[in-house]
Amino acid sequence: MNSTLVRWLQAPSIIVLFLWMVVPLSMTVYFSTIRYNLLYPERSGFVGLDNYEYFWTDPSFFPALFNTLVLVGSVLAISVILGLAIAMLIDRPFKGRGLARVMLISPFFIMPTVSALVWKNMFMNPIYGLFAVISTSLGLEPIDWLSSYPLLTVIIIVSWQWTPFAVLIFMTSLQSQDQEQKEAAMLDGAGFWSQFWNLTLPHLARPISIVLLIQMIFHLSIFAEIYVTTGGGPGVQSTNLTYLIFTQALQGFDIGVASAGGVFAIILANIVAYFLVRAVGKTLMV
Amino acid sequence: MTDKQISDIKNRIAVIAAWIVACLFFFPIFWMVLTSFKTELQAISVPPKLFFKPTLENFALIQERTDYTKFAWNSIVTSVGGTGLALIIAIPAAYAMAFNSGRWTKDILMWMLSTKMLPAVGVLMPIYLLSQKFGLLDTKGVLVIIYALINLPIIMLILFNYFREIPKEILEASRMDGTSTFNEITQIVMPLAWGGIASTALLSIVLCWNEAFWSINLTASDAGTLPALVASFSSPEGLFWAKLSAVSTLACAPIVVFGWLCQKQLVQGLTFGAVK
Amino acid sequence: MTNLRTTALGLTLGVAGLSAASAGELTIATVNNGHMIEMQKFTSVFEEANPGITVNWVTLDEGTLRSRVTTDVTTKGGQFDIMTIGMYEAPIWGERGWLQALEFGEDYDVDDVLPAMRNGLSHDGNLYAAPFYGESSMIMYRKDLLDAAGMDMPDNPSWGHIQDAAAAMTDKDNGVYGICLRGKPGWGDNMAFLSTMANSFGAQWFNEDWTPALDSPAWNHAVNFYVDLLTNYGPPGSSGNSFNEILALINAGKCGMWIDATIAASFVSDPSQSEVSDVIAFAQAPQAVTTRGSNWLWAWSLAIPAGTKQADDAQKFIEWATSKEYIELVAETNGWSAVPTGTRQSTYDNPNFQEAAVFAEAELKAILSADPENSTLNPSPYVGVQFAAIPEFQAIGTAVGQQMSAALAGDISVEEALEASQKAADREMKKAGYY
Repeated sequence: MNSTLVRWLQAPSIIVLFLWMVVPLSMTVYFSTIRYNLLYPERSGFVGLDNYEYFWTDPSFFPALFNTLVLVGSVLAISVILGLAIAMLIDRPFKGRGLARVMLISPFFIMPTVSALVWKNMFMNPIYGLFAVISTSLGLEPIDWLSSYPLLTVIIIVSWQWTPFAVLIFMTSLQSQDQEQKEAAMLDGAGFWSQFWNLTLPHLARPISIVLLIQMIFHLSIFAEIYVTTGGGPGVQSTNLTYLIFTQALQGFDIGVASAGGVFAIILANIVAYFLVRAVGKTLMV
Repeated sequence: MTDKQISDIKNRIAVIAAWIVACLFFFPIFWMVLTSFKTELQAISVPPKLFFKPTLENFALIQERTDYTKFAWNSIVTSVGGTGLALIIAIPAAYAMAFNSGRWTKDILMWMLSTKMLPAVGVLMPIYLLSQKFGLLDTKGVLVIIYALINLPIIMLILFNYFREIPKEILEASRMDGTSTFNEITQIVMPLAWGGIASTALLSIVLCWNEAFWSINLTASDAGTLPALVASFSSPEGLFWAKLSAVSTLACAPIVVFGWLCQKQLVQGLTFGAVK
Repeated sequence: MTNLRTTALGLTLGVAGLSAASAGELTIATVNNGHMIEMQKFTSVFEEANPGITVNWVTLDEGTLRSRVTTDVTTKGGQFDIMTIGMYEAPIWGERGWLQALEFGEDYDVDDVLPAMRNGLSHDGNLYAAPFYGESSMIMYRKDLLDAAGMDMPDNPSWGHIQDAAAAMTDKDNGVYGICLRGKPGWGDNMAFLSTMANSFGAQWFNEDWTPALDSPAWNHAVNFYVDLLTNYGPPGSSGNSFNEILALINAGKCGMWIDATIAASFVSDPSQSEVSDVIAFAQAPQAVTTRGSNWLWAWSLAIPAGTKQADDAQKFIEWATSKEYIELVAETNGWSAVPTGTRQSTYDNPNFQEAAVFAEAELKAILSADPENSTLNPSPYVGVQFAAIPEFQAIGTAVGQQMSAALAGDISVEEALEASQKAADREMKKAGYY
């Protein structure tokens, strides 16, 4: 295949993505340098970096940045570790495994808004929620999840949705693991952990990196789960960067500042991606 | 106890643990569906009722208030359309990158992924204004285009990885026979990669189906998808958990059932090179 | 590439054809509250009376609706022919020329619309939105619990009295909390209530020179009182409670008192959803140093965005939905206790309504006593009771609401919360160029 043809085949996706990236992005960058509040259409004009400064000096900025990283980090850790454990648990054949599998991966198909609403109302409500009912019946003080542990609440909900995705991928990969190799190792007297470290984990290296990469992309911009449950609060305890931008764009209607926030978010995403690619990129691009 | 017995017990414990975990993960969905058949008073009763006379009044009321089938149809069209459009663009590109990777391949792929990290709300205004300019507000078309674009990077990543598993020798052999590139893609690569393409498509349909932000912000009465329907029942004045559960069940049921049916297919394709 | 271009072009053309709304089709954006849901059910009545007009509804939750309609009206998106907006938006949008002024014929009897509502929805003498239902705030309390405690409730109680009553009614072992108040962050949630409470303590949002006044002793006093009250006598999880959550609590008999929207009265006195419907009584919102601004004023109203092609049909619909006839239609079908209230004097004058609605008198009194032009003890430059009708308020109210909810949850002190609030408000006002 000649290289011209290669370029022609790649071209559509690159051009389309380039347009997708460049047109809105350049508009975003442009908006971020002008005075642009939807509620004040008559005010306009170039303001330089004022919008950036305003976003940057917002007392919520650093907490939001921190929350974003905590959120992404914990959900990644939980879903990968739990996902691995569950995938190995259901790797051996047993009666009804098909059903158990279907049950396990179902949360991944549920809309984020819906899962947030279900968790918030029917489980975490401090009076009627199932958790509260259980703790009351055990004679314990019910926990008010949304206001006492807001970030943890969001982490739990997101992990519930995404662990099944990790299970799905790991489960598939485990099935392709060489059974003879495993049995041979077993005969050699290799224990569970040594088997895990020496055979399973290397075998799963690439699936793990893919899961990390795909999930990170989604977790950096978590929004619905926060909007529906804690609304970013109390205070800014569960505000992430996306939510902070949302408050600027759709509550303050200041598109200038929101656009500056968007540019910050892209920069952050690329920094994270850079380190992630360094960490997992090797296995990804063998 | 013999080793055999010990490993039997271990196995049994593992099976029980697997079932417990499966039930825990599935419970919220079960609970949601159960609540959708309760009356509003039963839905918030303490202690919660596990046995009750099921009612269909919530579902009847939702159909009375809105047109579920229209929202569902919009969801189907936009999910399938967006996925289809993305695949048309992604397959040739992933093919080219996988079989003729160059110095920049990795960087291009990473750059594509980074476009996906742009928070939607940060670009809402540009997209809104553009859609308005082209008369695309409240149309399925704009959602198809946006869904294709936001899923394109993920689709590229998965397809790229899948295509790389195809032995190059097969292609080289066919090239010796003078097969054209078009035929090469359609007759050799596609059949070999069919599993991967299908599961990528399934994954993308799921992601499109559950997309709420663009659907709610760019549509009005014509093109709203199921997440917009859910939004019309979330947090009203008054406590309506049963109705909320019913509408959630209606919104999720098609994609969950679809996921169950295609589970085997989904699993086969997402091996990410773990197959050796 | 060609392929792609054709696809894209085809899509564009295909959908562009679909998007142009055909004549006589009205698209109405509304909030998913009970009265609006009822209005949707009556759509066919309107359509039969006006052949050629069909109505499409877009129903959303309050927060989403607000951002959708604001985006649409400011960018001239033209997706909606009628928008459901509140008393906060109407004057601001009217002033900017984004709404079409409403003029009604004789039959509509615009003078029957309560003056407080008319004023709140007007700018420069033009009415920009017609109230569909209106509300103020008042106390709803459990007469049985109060009697058992040997106390009474004056018609205009003081906050001190409320505190004593809350202490007397609280019985945590039996899950009864003396007082339930909003704590969930949001300018329309906890701040709507807290603003009225602060007003009655003599506080205000902005000084005459538009500098934020959140660092005043009055605010400090009010918020401390609020946090203490809820910490000692409120239910667990107050910082996440808003209208819905508390409604569920009071209906289940878990609250002694509740100060909130008058619209709640029709829910708590409805035996089909409330366990305490027969023991609920009503009084005016409490005062501390003044009664000024101690109860809020709000109306969900219908407005026509400027430049819609369906202006005439839209006007027809609004005229129908906010008319006396509509109220009678609802009364005939669902009974007088279910009609949208708070908009017309004639509703309150109707003996059938007075009989069906035990809360009618208290509600009307609350609505009539609210004066958005004059809602603070000391002079202030803004209009609005539980908000300041300036575009910046939404952002400020949201930020302050977050701080208050954090203070209520005990994460930060009241002083810290108010200091952070003052700072946030100051930043926002400076950015907007007020000073």
